[in-house]
Amino acid sequence: MPRVHIPAPARDLTGGEVELEVEATSVRRLIGALDERFPGFADRVLEDGELKPGLRVAVDGHVRAMGLLAQLEPDSQVHFLLAIGGG
Amino acid sequence: MAKQRIVSTSINGNPVEFLAAPRQTLLEVLRDNLDLIGTKEGCSNGNCGACTVIFNGRPVDSCLVLAVEAEGGELETIEGVALTDGLHVIQDAFLGQAALQCGICTPGFIMSTKALLEENASPSEDEIRFHLAGNLCRCTGYDKIVRAVQQAAEGVTN
Amino acid sequence: MATVEDRQFRVEPFPGGTPGNQRLVEEGRLPDYDVVGTRPIRHDGTDKVTGRARYGADIKLSGLLQGYVLRSPHAHARIVSIDTSRAAEVPGVHAVCTNADMPSADHRAGDLGEGMVDWYHLNQNVLANDKVLYTGHAVAAVAADSVHIAEEAARLIEVEYEVLPPVLDVREARGADAPVLNDDVRTDRQPAGETGDTPTNVAKHFHYEKGDVDAGFAAAELVIEREFTTETVHQGYIEPHTATAFWSPDGKITVWTSTQGSFMIRMQVAELLDVAISKVKVVPMEIGGGFGGKIAVYLQPVAAVLSRLSGRPVKLNMDRSNVFDATGPTPGSYMKVKIGVDAEGKITAGEAELLFEAGAFPGSPINPGCMCVFACYDVPNGRIDGYDICVNKPRSNAYRAPGSTHVALATETIVDEICEAQGICPVEFRLKNAVKEGDERVDGVTYPPVGMWETIKAVELSDHWQSPLEGPNRGRGIASGFWFNFGGNSVVAATVNEDGTVSLIEGSTDIGGTRASVAMQLAEILGIAAEDVTPTVVDTDSIGHTDVTGGSRTCHATGLAAIKAAEDIQAQLRQRAAMLWDVESEQVEYGDGATLTGPEGKTISFQEISGKLTQTGGPVVGRGSVNADKHGGAFGTHIADVEVDPDTGKVQVLRYTVVQDVGTAIHPSYVEGQMQGGAAQGIGWALNEEYHYGDDGRLHNASFLDYRIPTCYDLPDIETIIVEVPNPGHPFGVRGVGEVPIVPPPAAMANAIFRATGVRMRSLPMSPPKMLHELLASDG
Ligand code: FES
Ligand code: FES
Repeated sequence: MPRVHIPAPARDLTGGEVELEVEATSVRRLIGALDERFPGFADRVLEDGELKPGLRVAVDGHVRAMGLLAQLEPDSQVHFLLAIGGG
Repeated sequence: MAKQRIVSTSINGNPVEFLAAPRQTLLEVLRDNLDLIGTKEGCSNGNCGACTVIFNGRPVDSCLVLAVEAEGGELETIEGVALTDGLHVIQDAFLGQAALQCGICTPGFIMSTKALLEENASPSEDEIRFHLAGNLCRCTGYDKIVRAVQQAAEGVTN
Repeated sequence: MATVEDRQFRVEPFPGGTPGNQRLVEEGRLPDYDVVGTRPIRHDGTDKVTGRARYGADIKLSGLLQGYVLRSPHAHARIVSIDTSRAAEVPGVHAVCTNADMPSADHRAGDLGEGMVDWYHLNQNVLANDKVLYTGHAVAAVAADSVHIAEEAARLIEVEYEVLPPVLDVREARGADAPVLNDDVRTDRQPAGETGDTPTNVAKHFHYEKGDVDAGFAAAELVIEREFTTETVHQGYIEPHTATAFWSPDGKITVWTSTQGSFMIRMQVAELLDVAISKVKVVPMEIGGGFGGKIAVYLQPVAAVLSRLSGRPVKLNMDRSNVFDATGPTPGSYMKVKIGVDAEGKITAGEAELLFEAGAFPGSPINPGCMCVFACYDVPNGRIDGYDICVNKPRSNAYRAPGSTHVALATETIVDEICEAQGICPVEFRLKNAVKEGDERVDGVTYPPVGMWETIKAVELSDHWQSPLEGPNRGRGIASGFWFNFGGNSVVAATVNEDGTVSLIEGSTDIGGTRASVAMQLAEILGIAAEDVTPTVVDTDSIGHTDVTGGSRTCHATGLAAIKAAEDIQAQLRQRAAMLWDVESEQVEYGDGATLTGPEGKTISFQEISGKLTQTGGPVVGRGSVNADKHGGAFGTHIADVEVDPDTGKVQVLRYTVVQDVGTAIHPSYVEGQMQGGAAQGIGWALNEEYHYGDDGRLHNASFLDYRIPTCYDLPDIETIIVEVPNPGHPFGVRGVGEVPIVPPPAAMANAIFRATGVRMRSLPMSPPKMLHELLASDG
């Protein structure tokens, strides 16, 4: 099952859980599943059905250009990160 | 506006006359009136060397020279450095040593280098660094610029 | 399996460089390329050494007006009224504008690819109508026949201000009784936290936590906690900002400007002026340096508005004081960092509290600061809190590895103290604690293959490290640093010419030789010479969306697009050869030496087939379009030797070596140039550079005379050791190079200064007065 890393400021919703296994085949589905288990999670990461401005999803350490549409493999590791501006 | 004056000079070996207002700098006239845009502006107060031209054989910051002061003088700008059949050894050396990144400082460095090598054909590294200290480059860390000047000096002496 | 420790390495000269340009080579593993790794003359070189290259301020158009921007003399004030009527009457004035001439903006976040912008804040930064938040904040602009007329007219604009107290320090600005700059700002807890509900200067609070931090510190044998401060600094590009715009009667806006990202300028201009992006064409001129500071718009929308009002093209140039007053900078900071190690010198825990100046509007690089603070080391337990805090200084902008240089000063200085206290060699400590593939950062991300360990190995093997440093008041320090690098959108189109050359067009503006490094990657795939590719940077109407030249992404991502374009050309040429030979294209191979081979020993060269394109179906154009997301992060480690004058406090750099993992060096000369130039900026930041503000919030040193960047007389030769641990996400292994080299210098210099004097400097810059003060204090 894909594993998702819960950002520290959202751990109030997960009762302190840092890493969770979630049955999902895409990032969008993963967020949906998390929101069912931990109501309010989707509001923390989505705005009008899209990732909040500036929020990015990394799968296996790489920020995915596809965002919510990125597909997940059974062994994927998912992170929520903020966009990083270079110089 | 104050009355403009006719100024007669030689630029890159050609006689040139231009009209200049008393408060116009040489840099402004070169770039805006004479279309010699190879001379760059980085600070317009004598602190960066991007505007360096050779005036009567000496390197000067053209932003600190009033255009009317050029009367009767001889000016060399970056546009006059290349030969008709190719680049000057200094220009070749800057390219060969990759001595530029963004290149905005490059015309100024080439003019300062030309003035240096005309005065001292085989400068030491310390002399090179001392002589070029009025030219700022924010991209290269100067290492490759110093190499280029060393290569050019060899080319000038050989 | 052989561990990394068993592998054999040596440091040797990098072919084609000077003796100071070296590389780390692993026995039995040398890259094998024809074009990659060579040093051709850059394609745009001749124009740049003859003065023909056209930079932003060099544009000439018929009917061109010159503009002047009126700026705030106050650091913090409410604008009561603006009266432009007298200025408009001056003969030779064609237009006067204020914020009221721009469409009003609302609070919406815009995504500039690598960073975020709030459109209302950007609108207010371009021309203020509510409050001015720093000295130099633009309030109105004039277009006239000459810049002198425009300036005189601008002085007749009457602005009535209600002056407010400024706040300049991050610790004061987050206090409960500090004046609040923006009454719309609320603390946003990130990532994925809640947003506060009271007006504040603290725009963001980032929080990362991993493992059991308290247990980690409890298990430590030695815990060191220190506080650090750094001052506001500027990117210091030599070319001031400039923009020229023409708003045509058909509604189309053309902008000529020098920028790191023409598509980002297009998006900002379109959004701020409320027109479709297709109505805006941005023509990128050559750019005289950016380092992160030429991504946001300042003058571009104002020039466009003045053009609309006057019906003529309008040019706006900043002078140097405007550049310092109102652009850049990168934030000053306050940092408290704590690291614990066990008896063997292994890190057990780390904790950091980081306060960065946002400047007038939210947006400091606090998040990357948080993510970089422990990025070089395997830290099993960590807690990081970072705050983005508004103060009355210009809106901060990216500067080369944004945020990472600040935090490296803290972490790397503490690491050096730990080494000193435990009697461990700083190289050994870093070899032991360096992150490797599979290690998890405090923010939770796991590293792919990275080269931190290899950079330390290269230090250990270097001539510099192995040569003793002798003499009084001298010392040697090392420090490491990290940057993520970036991928993003890039597009390349490449046309095969009849003479066997290729014309390559791209949207990435070239700040430091990327025309060459992109062209070389296409040449490598096609098996032709770099000189047989002609790269051209084109405007936003002529190529697809390409992200900024920044984030160390261009050689990686635009390079990937060039590789794709080359592969597309190969596929099309195989079809053409198949047509010529009357075989299937699957039977044709594009092989080494730019030769296509078919059945029965048929061969045709790239050059020959290029001459037969019209008869086989027309010209061949290769396309490459990517949104790259497999960039590789990179590490650098620097060695600094210094001598400190005990009488003046002046620090002289005696010898300096930059070691960096670049993945693969495409054009080693420009890779070395990035490493050297970044180090020079870092040394300037370490020793001299800072914004000096008066208590009234006025900037006192807005010139290159008083804001001293290093000259060539201040610096020694800068030696380089290129480390090449290939990035698996790029066919040649490119990671990116531009940002990492600015990160280690302040810490490397501070550590060297300690070895020279016994004094720990924890505040930048380590300028002579500060240095002398500490030296005298330590004597007493
Ligand atoms: S523009 Fe003349 S010295 Fe800077
Ligand atoms: S090459 Fe950019 S300033 Fe020198």
